Amino acid sequence: MNTERAHTEAVLRARGRGQRRPEHMTERRPRPPIVELRRATKVYPGGTVALDKVSLRVDRGEFVFLVGPTGCGKSTLIKMLIRELKPTEGEVLIAGRDISTLSEKKIPQLRRRIGTVFQDYKLLPSRNVYDNVAYALQVIGAPRSEIKKKVPDALRLVGLADKVRSFPDQLSGGEQQRLSVARAFVNHPPLLLADEPTGNLDPATSVGIMQVLYRINRTGTTVVVVTHDREMVDKMKRRVIGLDSGRIVRDQATGMYADDESTNEFGVRVRDELGIDESEPRY
Amino acid sequence: MGRVFFFISEGVRALRRSAAPSLAAIVTVSVTALLLGVLIPVLQTTSGKTEEVRDQVGLRVFTGDEGNKPAIPQTQLDELETKLQNIPHVKSVEFVSQEQALDITRERLEAQNKEDLTEQLPGSDNPLPSSFNVTPDDLDNLEAIKAAIMPPDASGTPQPISPIIADVEDSRYEANTIRTVTGAVKWFLVIIAVILMVASLMLVGNTIRLSIYARRREVEVMRLVGATNWFIRWPFMVEGLICGFIGGAIAIGILFLGKETVVDPLSDSVNLISSEDTIAFAKLVIVLLGVAMSVSAIGSGLTLRRFLRI
Repeated sequence: MNTERAHTEAVLRARGRGQRRPEHMTERRPRPPIVELRRATKVYPGGTVALDKVSLRVDRGEFVFLVGPTGCGKSTLIKMLIRELKPTEGEVLIAGRDISTLSEKKIPQLRRRIGTVFQDYKLLPSRNVYDNVAYALQVIGAPRSEIKKKVPDALRLVGLADKVRSFPDQLSGGEQQRLSVARAFVNHPPLLLADEPTGNLDPATSVGIMQVLYRINRTGTTVVVVTHDREMVDKMKRRVIGLDSGRIVRDQATGMYADDESTNEFGVRVRDELGIDESEPRY
Repeated sequence: MGRVFFFISEGVRALRRSAAPSLAAIVTVSVTALLLGVLIPVLQTTSGKTEEVRDQVGLRVFTGDEGNKPAIPQTQLDELETKLQNIPHVKSVEFVSQEQALDITRERLEAQNKEDLTEQLPGSDNPLPSSFNVTPDDLDNLEAIKAAIMPPDASGTPQPISPIIADVEDSRYEANTIRTVTGAVKWFLVIIAVILMVASLMLVGNTIRLSIYARRREVEVMRLVGATNWFIRWPFMVEGLICGFIGGAIAIGILFLGKETVVDPLSDSVNLISSEDTIAFAKLVIVLLGVAMSVSAIGSGLTLRRFLRI
């Protein structure tokens, strides 16, 4: 759809404006990767080793899949990135800063700059669609005028513009997940983490969610998606990091299928490859 | 400023959305405030009465001129009065003549609606002796004063300082009984008050905890999108303040009704309820509202701490 593409480009332009200053400032030195793990280890009380000396880096603008069987340490890794957990050993760096040494008080600041999407959506049940997204902006003290402008933008991006007044329990699973993506992205964070965003959804709806994440990635946001839907991952042809028993077992930069692929073309292709027979996106 | 409005509107929204737990909190707060509102004046009244009794206690020094015994010359009476006044720790000495003693007895009988027995007394023989009321500066010095009036002689038996003294009566036994009773009542009330207060505080705490527990996922989500702890906490505290205010106001309303319909009419006729020593109603209102609001707001804030730990 042309409007979709136009919107993506509008967001891209907007981000471009926002990024100009830092880029100019760091012209001499290369910017640190957005995510970097240095021999990060997590041992839970009781001796379970969730992550075993994992080192990896994700550069700005990448779209990365984190795959592996249940219990391989994917969720632990995500929790470490938002400082819900501290590594037992090693370092976790976000934009070049070791966040394991972050004081409790600074944690909210970190989380405001990382969008998070979870399998169980984690929406505020007492707030409608608009207010759920607005909350992420209220938290950072955004003025009302800014909230009024940004929330509809984010809802349009995920295709929920016509459900503004609905409450989460009135939405389908796919719609709830779109809403949580909108909330994660409304601040235009440099990094978006999605922990099994399609875990509860059927394949057709999953493609819709992936499409939204893809679109967000195209605006310059780094997207890390945890999933165990290997088929989807393989079809999307993005960088894949495989974890098993807390270790990295594969890291393939599969590369983009086509650099200038539009969100819609992407959707059509993935649907096609997954064998989902639907010409229109389903939410 | 915008934040304050945001927190208030968030608090009100939460109140509206969780009506049942909020109602429970309001009711518990109002019960607590009501108890406090009743107990504060009651405690004050009992302690006031005890003080009054303490003030009335003293010694009575009787002379031996009752009945048909010979009258005591005025010079001897004056001499004794001076001696009594010179004893250390004596605050005042008051002479009660035989006639005055009879009048007092008559009044007392009249006040009790009993037959005036004094009319049946034979002739001019007054059966009551004249006496001195000795008031100590402090109740605890009563024993010392008594010893000074009746110092022991060489053999150890107490001898009065004046031959006209027939008997020294000590109203301390009476006073002690009253004091013990009022003291016991006071302690009883304090213990009940403490138990009730602790119980209702726990009840309020528990109610708040339940209502917050029901929303713990919400708190978790708020933390995930980067809300600071205070940003999460304020709406809950506003909610607690509102609950406390409503609960306190209900309690005050009930207390006011009780005061107007029961206590005030009674206090005109019953001495014990007259509320000179007790707290003014306006002050009580402020105390109760303050306690109700702070208990529920701080209760909310503290309970929330458990869910705010990283």
